[in-house]
Amino acid sequence: MLAANNITFRVGNKPLISDISVSFAPGKLHLIIGPNGAGKSTLIKVLARLLRPQDGSVQYEGVNVSDAREVELAKHRAVLSQAIEVAFPLTVREVVMMGRYPHFGGRPGPADERIVDEMMSHFDVTEFSARDYQTLSGGERQRVNFARVLAQLWREDDGARSENGSSTPCRYLFLDEPLTFLDIRHQIDFMKKVRAFANASDVVTVGVVHDLNLAARFADQIVLLNHGRFVAGGSPAEVLSADLIRDAFGVEPSFVSTQHPGLHLIFE
Amino acid sequence: MTSQPGNRVAVLIALTVLTLLVLAASIRYGAIDFSVAQISRALASLFPGQPEPTLDQRIFLELRFPRAIMCLLVGASLGVGGTLMQALFRNPIVEPGLVGTSSGAAFGSALFFVLGGVLHIGTSLFALPVAACIGGVLSTYLVFLLARSKEDGRASIVMLLLTGLAVNALFMSAIGFLQYIARDPQARSITFWSLGTLSGASWKAVEIISISTIAGALVALRYAKQLNALMIGEEEATYLGVNVNRLKWIILSVNVVVVAVATAFTGVISFVGLIVPHILRMIGGADNRYLIVASALTGATLLTLADLLARMVVRPAELPIGIVTSAVGVPVFIFLLRRRQYVF
Repeated sequence: MLAANNITFRVGNKPLISDISVSFAPGKLHLIIGPNGAGKSTLIKVLARLLRPQDGSVQYEGVNVSDAREVELAKHRAVLSQAIEVAFPLTVREVVMMGRYPHFGGRPGPADERIVDEMMSHFDVTEFSARDYQTLSGGERQRVNFARVLAQLWREDDGARSENGSSTPCRYLFLDEPLTFLDIRHQIDFMKKVRAFANASDVVTVGVVHDLNLAARFADQIVLLNHGRFVAGGSPAEVLSADLIRDAFGVEPSFVSTQHPGLHLIFE
Repeated sequence: MTSQPGNRVAVLIALTVLTLLVLAASIRYGAIDFSVAQISRALASLFPGQPEPTLDQRIFLELRFPRAIMCLLVGASLGVGGTLMQALFRNPIVEPGLVGTSSGAAFGSALFFVLGGVLHIGTSLFALPVAACIGGVLSTYLVFLLARSKEDGRASIVMLLLTGLAVNALFMSAIGFLQYIARDPQARSITFWSLGTLSGASWKAVEIISISTIAGALVALRYAKQLNALMIGEEEATYLGVNVNRLKWIILSVNVVVVAVATAFTGVISFVGLIVPHILRMIGGADNRYLIVASALTGATLLTLADLLARMVVRPAELPIGIVTSAVGVPVFIFLLRRRQYVF
């Protein structure tokens, strides 16, 4: 369980998010939506403890994270951002291996090697293994980074996990607009993989997406922010109402039905 | 083009062999050439019960040999310093000489030389490297303070280079001023800091530089993995468990100490720290665990070659080594700038 209690984050005197309280349960995919400048990325960064709020607290399983050591946090908290640039020529495998950095001291152990191999094949980047990351396309790079981020959180028993409720501490996956610069096929492909990982009973997943249809299709729970404040939270059907969308985004949505279940939006 | 760890081990072994070969050439050739027999007799004279060293043997033991070792250590310091600066600023065209560390350290040493005599402070050999470190810290800090953008507090590479240029010019003119007001023997020693030379080598200097070089390289190696994480960005490194601010301070401090101590005894030697990591990345990739060790070996090799050249071309006189490294380094630097399309 991840909980934010009355968090406010300011830059100078300007609050980017104000007095937000919201909690996120494991085993579900939570997506944050809102117009530009609503504070979505700031909220993700505060939840992931990159930023420390001036007021309020963020708790992982009831424990305030403000004093946690960086390296301890990194063992069970990972963040996928958009458009990662690498400053020097690194191979794809070296980039994915970075995900295991919090887990080993000097050299990667056999388990780290196995997890990296598994993640690279899961994201279809095994064939790029020895390629220079800088030569990859945007979509290929993001697959590599997703492999890196999941390698950071992966446990060796993840493949054969039984769903009988684990006693292991929760893992936290944050997605900070990871779909930017991806084409629609890759966007959907990504969301399916996120969805599959988020189902694990010990994983708390919180992401930011721009596309309301993707949010409607993949989210279990949606949080709507506007002007740095919490506006609404709940299932896609509850949050994606015509009134709330009109107020927050300033556009008029229409809901259409297709042969696929779920909400489908078009905008005037 | 990057390569696999297997290659890196081979590269490191080859570099070690190369360093030893160049060292052998460096102790053998110079103003006077020493034969292998002479060298072994000179070394043998160090052991108890052997005849006292002859004049030639003493020249070898007290001048040539410490100079060769000091050259290795200074080269290693500059190589490691360059690797650390490039890793820290995520930019392949940064080096200690370009961002003011070296000229500040040279100024610190020159000031110590001029004022130390007047004020009768610190005749201990450690006072000089301390003065150089203070100068190096101040100039590096000044560059980063001035280069920082007002909006987001980050230093762009073009601002760094331009500010470094200005701060270098400032410290060089300050050295010139000291030279102008200094009495003649001091003035001559100051010249050497602005040009760089290894002619002041002594075993005492070797002792001090070996401490800073070896300690610096070991600390750097300890943080190599964190520096790797920094390659994908400061935020991402934080997510991978790196305390980025702490890392920055540690690496900057290591760099300043390693480079300033070397500069205190040899003066400003530019471009070694720039070129070495560049070449090594082309051969073995960018993993800092490999780069730090390899850049120590390659820096040592290149500087020893430059020193050999400086001693051979106008023998029996010698050129300041800074002239040789700049003459070779500037064209390489310009080539690198033009080959890569840097986005400023």
